Amino acid sequence: MTDVLLEVKNLNTWFDSRAGRANVVDDVSFSIRRGETFALLGESGCGKSMTALSIMQLLPNQAANNMSGEVLLEGQDLLQLPEVAMRTVRGNRIAMIFQEPMTSLNPVLTVGVQIGEVLTKHKGLKGAASKARIIELLEAVGIPDPTQRIDEYPHQLSGGMKQRIMIAIALAGDPDLLIADEPTTALDVTIQAQVLDLLRKLQKETGMAVLMITHDLAVVSEMVDRVGVMYAGQIVEMASRDDFFNEPQHPYSQKLFDAIPSMGKRDEALAIIPGTVPDLAQEFHQCRFADRCQFSWDTCQQQVPRWISGNDSRGVRCHLYDSTIENKSRVAEKVELISTSSSNTGEELLTVSNLKVHFPIHKGLLKRVAGYVYAVDDVSLRVNRGQTLALVGESGCGKTTLGKGIIQLVKPTDGSVLFNGADLTQLSQNELRSRRKDFQIIFQDPYSSMNPRMMVGDIIEEGMIAQGIGDSAEARRVIVDELLQQVGLRPEHRNRYPHEFSGGQRQRICVARALAVNPKIIVCDEPTSALDVSVQAQILNLLKDLQKQYQLAFLFITHNISVVAYLADDVAVMYLGRIVERGSVQEVLENAKHPYTQALLSAVPTIDKESKQEILRLEGDPPSPINPPNGCHFHPRCPKAINECRSEYPKSRTISSTHEVSCHLY
Amino acid sequence: MSVKLLLRHPLISSLPIALVVIWAIGIFASGAQSVFLWTDVLVYILVLTICVFALISSSREHLRDPWRQIVQHKLGMLSLVVLLVYVLIGLLDSVHFRLPLVVENATAEQKTVHEGEVLSVLDLLVTPIRIQEEKTYSAPFATHLHTTETIERPDGSRERTYPRLEYGGAHLENPRTDKYSDIAMNSVLGVLVGLIIWSAIVLMVLFILAMQKQANVSAIAKMILSGSSLVPWRLILATVGFMCLLLGLMIILGPKYHILGTDKVGQDVLFQSLKSIRTGLVIGTLSTLIMLPFAVLLGIMAGYFRGWMDDVIQYLYTTLNSIPGILLIAASVLMIQVYMANNPQMFESDAERADARLFFLCVILGITSWTGLCRLLRGEALKIRTVDFVQASQAFGVSNFKIIWRHIQPNVMHIILIAVVLDFSGLVLAEAVLSYIGVGVDPTMHSWGNMINGARLEMARDPIVWWSLLAAFIFMFALVLAANLFSDAVRDAFDPRLRKQ
Repeated sequence: MTDVLLEVKNLNTWFDSRAGRANVVDDVSFSIRRGETFALLGESGCGKSMTALSIMQLLPNQAANNMSGEVLLEGQDLLQLPEVAMRTVRGNRIAMIFQEPMTSLNPVLTVGVQIGEVLTKHKGLKGAASKARIIELLEAVGIPDPTQRIDEYPHQLSGGMKQRIMIAIALAGDPDLLIADEPTTALDVTIQAQVLDLLRKLQKETGMAVLMITHDLAVVSEMVDRVGVMYAGQIVEMASRDDFFNEPQHPYSQKLFDAIPSMGKRDEALAIIPGTVPDLAQEFHQCRFADRCQFSWDTCQQQVPRWISGNDSRGVRCHLYDSTIENKSRVAEKVELISTSSSNTGEELLTVSNLKVHFPIHKGLLKRVAGYVYAVDDVSLRVNRGQTLALVGESGCGKTTLGKGIIQLVKPTDGSVLFNGADLTQLSQNELRSRRKDFQIIFQDPYSSMNPRMMVGDIIEEGMIAQGIGDSAEARRVIVDELLQQVGLRPEHRNRYPHEFSGGQRQRICVARALAVNPKIIVCDEPTSALDVSVQAQILNLLKDLQKQYQLAFLFITHNISVVAYLADDVAVMYLGRIVERGSVQEVLENAKHPYTQALLSAVPTIDKESKQEILRLEGDPPSPINPPNGCHFHPRCPKAINECRSEYPKSRTISSTHEVSCHLY
Repeated sequence: MSVKLLLRHPLISSLPIALVVIWAIGIFASGAQSVFLWTDVLVYILVLTICVFALISSSREHLRDPWRQIVQHKLGMLSLVVLLVYVLIGLLDSVHFRLPLVVENATAEQKTVHEGEVLSVLDLLVTPIRIQEEKTYSAPFATHLHTTETIERPDGSRERTYPRLEYGGAHLENPRTDKYSDIAMNSVLGVLVGLIIWSAIVLMVLFILAMQKQANVSAIAKMILSGSSLVPWRLILATVGFMCLLLGLMIILGPKYHILGTDKVGQDVLFQSLKSIRTGLVIGTLSTLIMLPFAVLLGIMAGYFRGWMDDVIQYLYTTLNSIPGILLIAASVLMIQVYMANNPQMFESDAERADARLFFLCVILGITSWTGLCRLLRGEALKIRTVDFVQASQAFGVSNFKIIWRHIQPNVMHIILIAVVLDFSGLVLAEAVLSYIGVGVDPTMHSWGNMINGARLEMARDPIVWWSLLAAFIFMFALVLAANLFSDAVRDAFDPRLRKQ
């Protein structure tokens, strides 16, 4: 195998802490061929980023020298290289792009300077030659108008553009290997599709190999040739893309697939992985996944599984496939069914009509209003009792503002919110305060949505006290205990602080907090987007369960189409402050009418390639809501735009009794 | 065994404190009249507040954890020991009373008459150096005055010479030959006394630790000696030891010599420096105490409510900030000074008047120095009000006051604490500067600023009078350095951005 570019052999990286030595990368071996894309897949904290940083030798200080094993780049062991020599490898032969394009660029240097830096260092290019190459690179990564962009600062560029610049910087050294650490996680789906396309195109042109680090199975499915699944610092399964997606072997991989929500799973509970990743600061004498595995038996608890290699570089670390061990596996439990006998009573709970939220922009000495951010512009929607309306759109389209505007956390500029017969926008502060128990909100980030200085019991109790629920402290405590149990936590967790819980557990506490006041509707503002897929499944199951039990209505704000398909009854698609299409979930997802909805759906990476409809790629970024384009807001990016679109905003047109679309095409 | 049990009794471990209390009661029982100066009362309130805060902290994990970090911080604990010594001296100097006037064959009426002079516990403790006043300047450890005087000899002839000091080295027959060996002898004695005190403290600490950890004393001693204890006891005890040595030297040498010389009116400079400690501490702490309500209330309100309230408060502190601070302070102090001069009947004694002026200086410093913290808190409150947990409370209809109290306040507490500790040293230095330009504390009050101001003119003398300045410098330097090091430790522990996971 002469075409092996990078070979990692028995790589170990550890942190020494008071609790002991934690092997964050444990005996990891893999190889990447020239021009190949290899993915390290795993949930947060499994050691995939640490593996990449170990290869680059960019580990945080406390682990800088805690490495063993070999990292062979074309036969040369990088771990033996001194720092000086390593510097010529970084950027030149191995380049890296990071997850967060916002913080990866220096805000006080122009784009040109930042790319030029790499060129001067690794290629010795200066002056005009350097500039010419920079423009070439910017063109290669699809930046329009590169001669102008070269002198711009990062803040003048959008997130997608910044990630392209990062890629340009990475390409500047003509690397043999590009390490991409979650390159699209922080981006919207349409932008993610652009960036992934770009990476594919560049790889074809330059023949570089890519080490892709991701948690997203769909991205893996679209991008890579081979995949390694990591769990608790180890690679537990390695396979080619096709083998992996046709037949994942390790129970953990299987669970990952099962945990992905989709339309087809609407009637069943999603598979969850119970428990948490074990603490790495210990010596393992058992399978690391044994406690969470549905197949585990005695041997799994007593013996560390060995690496069992199959044909075609396939391998798995599991006793199930070890022919020397007798298989006594428990039978897999059946999938739990949730009867979703449509609880649609048709009873209207919330009606939003012509809601507008405009934020004034103050300028000048006297702070005169110089313009408005049209965050939410003329939105009407309806939520029925016990039903879920999903609000879909890219970041910055105003969906969070709409959610907050509905529950009066942001004062709407105009329009009405009819809830239980009362117009919330017209109520006085005091009247509103007493009604607040009917509508609650769950936030995206479970880390910032709880006061770190309060105990969980107090956090849940706060709303009950404010709304006068429970007569005495004792009565409230009983309710808190019940709530904690209901969301799958224990009553004694009451006296703990939020930081002692994992992300998923925190989100459960947030659900419990919202439930404490017996709301009729909960606005869920991307409650699962900060969570790993297996944890997301737990939260989605919980929400679905609670909906059935209490006839709760959800306004589910998300950008994740698969969650929509799994959970929603109705869908509203939002673009730049307005709803462009709405209808039942089948209508919108399977028979999308609006070009934006179609583009959004086709941009979502999917696991099964066959079901893919025609590919519709959007160019550019969403325009600013400060001055939206004339006519249809979408027309500058719309591939099907006609003349009318440029002059007039389309009226809402009815496709069926439930399906409406705002587009001139219909 | 029984001895051990006895030692475990909490009363025994608090024996030294008990002794001081008994002694203080003794003073008052002998007919002393207690005097509560304004700043005394505030100091008591402050101490009480700190105790309450410590009690609250001990029950809340998020407050207890940073303190646990500070306790394990080596430099932090070293500076804390130094600070505590200062605080102890300051507190001893904050218990004031008047002793009964000693009259032979006093009548009942006369017995209730008290001396005019207000004394503190510290004054009594350092009595020899307080009352041993020379005529004028004398150098540290001198036996003769710094200036020449005309002396009439027994034979009638006159001679200009350096006269012997009344107290400093007065016990020596022949100062020129005996002085150095006497100082050396006494120093050794002083070191011994210091060591005895130190061993007493070390034993006490050992027993208390052994009691807490249910281990035997020798094991604890071994752990401390090897430096493997979590709290850096070895370093703490070493610092305490150094302090004890200084104390021992002072006890033995103090009554016999003027360790740091005397000033223009012959007062012992060491005594002045010790008395100045209270002034410095009071300025440093009370000013912050007065500043805090302004800064915290206004800052959080501005950040949380936004709108017109924010505009008003911002306008207020921008205006205040654009007036040179020293100008504002000087104007206020002069006004107060004039007022007090016109209303002499308000104050019973000079001490009370000087104290009132100190109090007003604190108030003025407090009022002029809240802007920085206020701005910080406004920014932080602006940030926190948009965080999800505040929005969640708003969604529950929790009242604004409750949100501020339960969500904003605990999350800015670390900033307040860091600012208070950082400001302290700045304020101590500010006092020195203000007194130096004459708008600080009362000229009759002992303070480092006044000492420096007094020493200013004498710098040009030949031979130079350097000891007042040096003494003030050393005492102030040690305090400010300790405070700064301690504030570093506090910041390391409380600042979430610096905290190690």
